Amino acid sequence: MLRIPCPFCGPRDHAEFSYEGDASVTYPPLDAPEEAWFEAVFLRENPRGPAEELWHHLYGCRAHLIVERDTLTHEITGARFANPAIRAALSGGEA
Amino acid sequence: MSGYRLREGGTVDRARPLRFDWDGLTLTGLAGDTLASALLANGVRVVGRSFKYHRPRGVMSAGPEEGGAIVTTGRHARRVPNEKATGIELFDGLKAEGQNAWPGVRFDIGEVNDLLSRFFAAGFYYKTFMGPGRGTWAWMQFEKLIRRAAGMGTASRDPDPDHYDIAHDFCDLLVVGAGPAGLAAARLAAEEGLDVMLVEQDFGLGGRLIGSAETVEGRAAPEWLGAACKSLERVRVLKRATAFGLYDGNVVGVYQRLTDHLANPDPQAPRGVLRIVRPRRVLLATGAIERPVAFGNNDRPGVMLAGAMETYVNRFGVAPGSRAVVATCHDGAYPAALALARAGVSTTLLDAREVPPQQLAAEAEAEGVRLMAGFVPIEARGRRGVRALQIGRLTGRGGEARSERELGCDCVGVSGGWSPAVHLVSHRGPKPAWSDELACFLPGATPAGVALAGAARGIWQTDAVIANARAAAAEAVEALTSRRPKAAAPAASGGWEAPIRPLWEVTVEGLKLKSFVDPQHDVTTADVRQAAREGYASVEHMKRYTTLGMATDQGKVGNVIGLALLADALGQSVPETGLTTFRPPFTPVPIGAFAGRARGHHWQPERRTPMHDAQADAGAAFIDAGLWKRAWWHPAHPGEDLNTAYVREARMVRETCGMVDVTTLGKIAVQGPDAAEFLDRIYVNGFARLPVMKCRYGVNLRDDGVVMDDGVTWRLAEDEFLVTCTTANAAKMMAWFENLLAFRWPALRVHVASATDQWAGVAVAGPRARAALGRALAAGDVSNEGLPFMGIIHARLRVADGEIPVMVARISFSGELAFEVYAPAGFGPAMWAALIEAVRAEGGGPYGMEALGALRIEKGHVTGAELDGRTTLGDCGLGRMASKTKPYIGKALSGRPEMARPDRPQVAHFMPVTEGETFSIGAIVCREGEVRGHGIGWITGVTAAPALGGGWLGIGFVAGGPAAWEGKTVVIADPIRGRETRVRVASPHQFDPKGERMHA
Repeated sequence: MLRIPCPFCGPRDHAEFSYEGDASVTYPPLDAPEEAWFEAVFLRENPRGPAEELWHHLYGCRAHLIVERDTLTHEITGARFANPAIRAALSGGEA
Repeated sequence: MSGYRLREGGTVDRARPLRFDWDGLTLTGLAGDTLASALLANGVRVVGRSFKYHRPRGVMSAGPEEGGAIVTTGRHARRVPNEKATGIELFDGLKAEGQNAWPGVRFDIGEVNDLLSRFFAAGFYYKTFMGPGRGTWAWMQFEKLIRRAAGMGTASRDPDPDHYDIAHDFCDLLVVGAGPAGLAAARLAAEEGLDVMLVEQDFGLGGRLIGSAETVEGRAAPEWLGAACKSLERVRVLKRATAFGLYDGNVVGVYQRLTDHLANPDPQAPRGVLRIVRPRRVLLATGAIERPVAFGNNDRPGVMLAGAMETYVNRFGVAPGSRAVVATCHDGAYPAALALARAGVSTTLLDAREVPPQQLAAEAEAEGVRLMAGFVPIEARGRRGVRALQIGRLTGRGGEARSERELGCDCVGVSGGWSPAVHLVSHRGPKPAWSDELACFLPGATPAGVALAGAARGIWQTDAVIANARAAAAEAVEALTSRRPKAAAPAASGGWEAPIRPLWEVTVEGLKLKSFVDPQHDVTTADVRQAAREGYASVEHMKRYTTLGMATDQGKVGNVIGLALLADALGQSVPETGLTTFRPPFTPVPIGAFAGRARGHHWQPERRTPMHDAQADAGAAFIDAGLWKRAWWHPAHPGEDLNTAYVREARMVRETCGMVDVTTLGKIAVQGPDAAEFLDRIYVNGFARLPVMKCRYGVNLRDDGVVMDDGVTWRLAEDEFLVTCTTANAAKMMAWFENLLAFRWPALRVHVASATDQWAGVAVAGPRARAALGRALAAGDVSNEGLPFMGIIHARLRVADGEIPVMVARISFSGELAFEVYAPAGFGPAMWAALIEAVRAEGGGPYGMEALGALRIEKGHVTGAELDGRTTLGDCGLGRMASKTKPYIGKALSGRPEMARPDRPQVAHFMPVTEGETFSIGAIVCREGEVRGHGIGWITGVTAAPALGGGWLGIGFVAGGPAAWEGKTVVIADPIRGRETRVRVASPHQFDPKGERMHA
C-alpha cells in the first residue's frame, strides 16, 4: 500500500486516491493544432526512477496532488497541491 | 520404536489432556501441544503421503516450514486442506486427517507411483501430456486424472460459514517475531515510550527459548523468558498473528487467528482478523529457518530437522524416538543433541567437520552424546519409518562421500545450517546477499524504516541476538524521538565457535540415491540437475520447471539447497545463480479474511433515492444501475411481468402521461464568475449565451476526441449552473471537472460541488403531463408561454401538509411533452406522493427503466450504450452540435482522419423484415451473405416499439450510417444463439421527426 502524504489530510493509503496520470504533461491551448494535442495526449515518457504524478484524493479532501514518486522503488518523496492558488493559500502566501 | 511423551519436561500442561481425532483414531494429547507434537507423542509416524510419489511422510519440522505433516482439518464447510500439523494448536475435539492417500495414509494404493517415479521426474507432465498433436483439450482431460492421483487436499465446496474482520492498526514500531530478539527489542522500545506492537505467529512467546535449557544473559532461559514476557505491559502483543506480507509504505499485512484453537468458539466471534498495520518503523525479528541436507531417503518418517527435535524435547516434552542420530555441519545442531541426550535418548552426533568445536564437543560428550567427526548421512533405511542410517566419510570438498557403515536408529535429526527468514524484507524488492562465511543469504539493502535483528541477520548466539535486537530498537527510538537510549549496547556479531562447512547434498559414486530437496512437492536433487541439463539455467525457470519451493512452501525448506545444486550443476557460484523471488503471503491466509465483512449484501453500498420506498411499497421491481436501485417496472397488478408491463407503461406515456424517478442523474453545481467560460471549454456546444433560467443539452469529449458524456445543463443565474450528467458517469464527470480546475486551468474562478444527493427529481412525460402538473402545483405557470421548451421556473408544489418549493424544467427524453421537477431531497417522498396523485388523475401512472429505454429507442436518443468510449460525435448523430466558432476539449484530435471517416459505424434504427422476428443486444450487423468476422456494426438496444407499429425495434451502429443504408436490408447475426435476422435500416429519427410532440 503506497502511503501518500496529503498536505491537507496527512499520510493516507493510496486506496483513498485515484491516479490521474503524468503530472509533467503540459496541455496545449484548446485552439492549438492537432500535432500539439497529439504530442500531449499520446506521446508520453515512461520514466524509470523519479516521476511526478497527478493523484486525486477522491475519498478524502478531494484535492488534486502532484506526487513525487520513484517508479522503481515506489518511494514517495513529496506531495503538493496541484493548484498553485490552494498551495499559496494554505502555506500562508507562498506559491 | 517411534516417538513418545517424556516423563517430565516441556511447557505442556500435563494436567489437561485433550482428545482428538486423527484419521478415524481417537488419540490424547496435552494442552500446549501442536497436532504434530501430539502425533509424535502418540507414536504416529506416517501422517501423510507425498504429493507425487505417495511416499509415507512424517513430521519433519516444528514450524511453518513443514513439508511432511500436511493435513486436512475440520469437517463439512469448515474443512481446511493443506494445513501444517506443526502450526495447528491442539484442542479438545480437533479432527484431522492425512492427505494424498486412498484408502488411508497407513495403506495407500497410490504408493505404486513411487515405483514408477522415473516417469514422474521434472517436466514429466509437460512432456507427456502437452505438446504437438495433443493440445489444450487433451491436457485438460489428463489434468483431471493427474490432479486426482497427485493432488493436494480437497477443500470444501460450501461457502465459508465463518466471518472475518479487517482492522486498521497504527503504531510507532512493529516488531515481527517474539523470539529472544523480538522480546528484547519490544521491551526496550516500549520502555523508551514508543507505541509498540509485537506480532507472533505462534501461540507461545519466546521462539526457540520456550522450554530451553540454555543460559541467557546469565540466567536460565525460562527465567529470562518469564521476565521478558512480564515486561510487555505497554506493548500490544498479538499471538497467533502472522505478518504475511511487507508492502509499499511499510504497510504490513497481519492475519491473526482468533478461534481456530478453540473447542467451542463463540459463533458470533470472527474466525480471524486481517490487520493492516501502518507502523512508522518495522523491526523484523523473524529468526532463521533451519535447512536440511539432501541424502538418500531423507524424507522417511523419523527424519526431521535437528532444531525440531530440540523443540519437541524442550517445549513439548516429546522424544522423537529412543535412538537418535543428529547429522550436521555446523555448531547450531549441538543443542539438539544435548537436549536429546538429557531426555534419555541414545544420541549419536555426526559432524561433517573433521575438527569439531572443542567446547561444544566436550559439553556433548559430557552428556553422553557419541560424537563422530567427519561423518555424514548417506541413506536412511526403513520404508514406513527409519530403522537405520547408512553413514560415511566425506572424501572431497563438496558432498562426495565414501560409504562406511550402518547405524541402527529410529530417528534422524538433520541440520545443514540456518537460513535467515528474509521473506518479509524481500517482499519490498531488495535481493538478499550471499554470505560465504555463514553459508546463507543475509538481508540485502533494507528499505527506509525497516530493520532486521537477531538470527534474521545471521546472528546465531542468543546473547548476541539479544544485544543486536536492543541496538536495533535503540536505533528506532532515536529515529523517532531523536533521543539515543542509554541502555543500548552496540550491535554485536555472533557467529559460531567454529565455522560452518557448507553441505548441501551427500553423494556416493556409483550409488543411486533418492534425495529430496523440497519434500512438499516431491522435488529431488536429480530433478534439479535434470532441469539444469535441459537448459533451465535461470533459478526462476528451475523453480517453475521442478515446482521447487512453490505454493505454501514459498521457499522455506529447499530453496537454498536447490539453488546451490543448480549453481554446482552450472559450474557457477551461488550468488551468480541468484535466489527466486519471495512473494506474500509468508503462510496461507484464508481468502475470507481479505473480504472481511464485505460479503453478500455488504459487498458494496446500496444507493436508494428518497422516493425508493414509495415505489417499493407500491410493488415496483428494481434494477441495479451502478450502486443505485432504480425502478425497473411498476406492475399494474401483482404478478404483471416485465415484458407486459413495460409495453403498457410506454404506451401510457405516449397516450396520457407517466412519471419516472430521475434522482440518480448526476448533478454538479458549477458556480463562479468564469462558470460559463469553463462549460464552454468542456462542451462541444456553447453555454456562454444561454439565458438565465434556460437549459441546454450538451455533449463533451475526451482529449482524444471520443465522446465522454452528455446531459442537460441549467443556467440558474449569470454565474451559476446546474450540470446534469448520466447516472453512470456522475462520479467520473465530477472528478474530471475537479482535475481541470486544479491542474489544467487553475486560473479559472469556478467552484464545483456534487449536488446529486441534494435534489430529488421526477420526470413527468406525455400529452397530459402539463395537465397533471397544473393539478399538482400550488404556484407556477407551466403553459407553453410560461414555461417554453427548455425553460425553467421556480414553483410550489401542493403536498399533504402544505407546499414545497420545486424547480421545473421543460426537458424531454421520451420525445413527449415532458417536465423534470426537482425538490430538495428531503421533500422527495412528499413530491412523489403529490405527483403520482395528479398523474393518476390524468389517466397515467409511474413507469420504470425498461419503459424509459423503450421510449428513448423509439425517439432515437443516445445513452451510455452508444456513448461507449469508442464513438465520436458523428457516430452518434450529434455532429451538428459541435461549435465551429469556439475551441473545446477534444476538438483538435477529433479532426484526425480516422475520426472523420464517412464509413465509420453510425447510429441507426433496425426493424425486422418479417414481423415478429427479433434479435438481441450485442449482436453484430452484417451485409447480406457476408455473415462473418466483426461485421459492419452492432446492436446496442432492442425493444418492442408500440409507437412505431408495435413490432421489434433496434438501435445500434452500421458502417456509413442511415445515409448509406436507409431503406436497405442487412442481417443481424447472433452466432451465440444461432440466430440471424434480416432487418431494414432506418434513420433513428422515425418517431415524431419534427419534434412536434415535445414542443406542444
